[in-house]
Amino acid sequence: MSTKFKKKKKGTPGISTASLPDIVFMLLFFFMVTTVMRETDLKIKAPKLPQADQVKKLEKKSLVSYIYVGKSKDGKVKGDLIQLNDKISDVSQIQSFIFAERAKHSEAEIPLLTTSIKADMNANVGTITDIKQELREINALKVNYSTRKGSAIDNMKN
Amino acid sequence: MARRDTPEINAGSMADIAFLLLIFFLVTTTMDIDTGISRKLPEKQDPNIKPPILKEKNVFEVNVNRNNQILVEGEIYMDIEDLREAAMKFIDNGGGDAATLKAEGIDPCTWCEGDKDPGSSDHPKKAVISLQSDRGTSYATYIAVQNELVGAYTDLRNRYANKKYGKDFDDLTTIQQDEIKDNIYPQVISEAEPTK
Repeated sequence: MSTKFKKKKKGTPGISTASLPDIVFMLLFFFMVTTVMRETDLKIKAPKLPQADQVKKLEKKSLVSYIYVGKSKDGKVKGDLIQLNDKISDVSQIQSFIFAERAKHSEAEIPLLTTSIKADMNANVGTITDIKQELREINALKVNYSTRKGSAIDNMKN
Repeated sequence: MARRDTPEINAGSMADIAFLLLIFFLVTTTMDIDTGISRKLPEKQDPNIKPPILKEKNVFEVNVNRNNQILVEGEIYMDIEDLREAAMKFIDNGGGDAATLKAEGIDPCTWCEGDKDPGSSDHPKKAVISLQSDRGTSYATYIAVQNELVGAYTDLRNRYANKKYGKDFDDLTTIQQDEIKDNIYPQVISEAEPTK
């Protein structure tokens, strides 16, 4: 009994690190679960965003709905395609898309909802105008033209 | 003897810690990727309401055609590099007659540094930038033009903020920012229907 007692007192006991991997893994899983993969599968060719320097950050990601505009992947379809959620859609479907987005939020958040337009540099303004017209119809007035950071003047050189 | 032995630190979990850091950075870096030019669309208008009549000189007309050429005030083809300066000159002109502006309840533009040309805008509050593009204009050009026009306002606001408060516009308090946004250099960019 006394020998056992003495043993404990002498020599610093090592801190067990056996549970550390578990803690780290737990954190890892936490981040994996909480990060919302907003990057939906693109059915169109990934839009090459234009550059601009007068940019604002989109702060609350949950309040943003995305509209992608670009060319088709295989190049078979001429003209611009619009993608809402996971499928290529028509301009007329934008209204129901926004209504579906609104249904996910509370009444108070609706005026704060922003529509982010991620359009390709070579898209036509006509397509963008059609989208804006649809958004105006249903009073979704906050838009954000998604851009990369850079000099806007460089846009013109391509 | 056994006392002298320092217990070894277990380095086996180092990899896990590194992993955690890696994931942390991955998460934080994807956060601020979404940037862009924020604009507010005009509300749908009642077709019966006539739009207010604006004086020709208070409107800065920018047209972009399908060949991505920029036409300013209906007469000059301009390079994108010069657009910001031209817009600033127009907004900051402040050529309005003090008495006429007073009658309309607007303080004369004492902060304007423009030419006070009577043929250009009266007051930053009255100055309207009208942007019209063609359906065939490329989106890149459209964004570049929008960017330069917004940039003109940003530059003017920054200039005013630096002069008055010694800081950039973004560093001011919300009240000061609102004051500039509402009364000093309000941003009026109107977009006309594109030509077909």
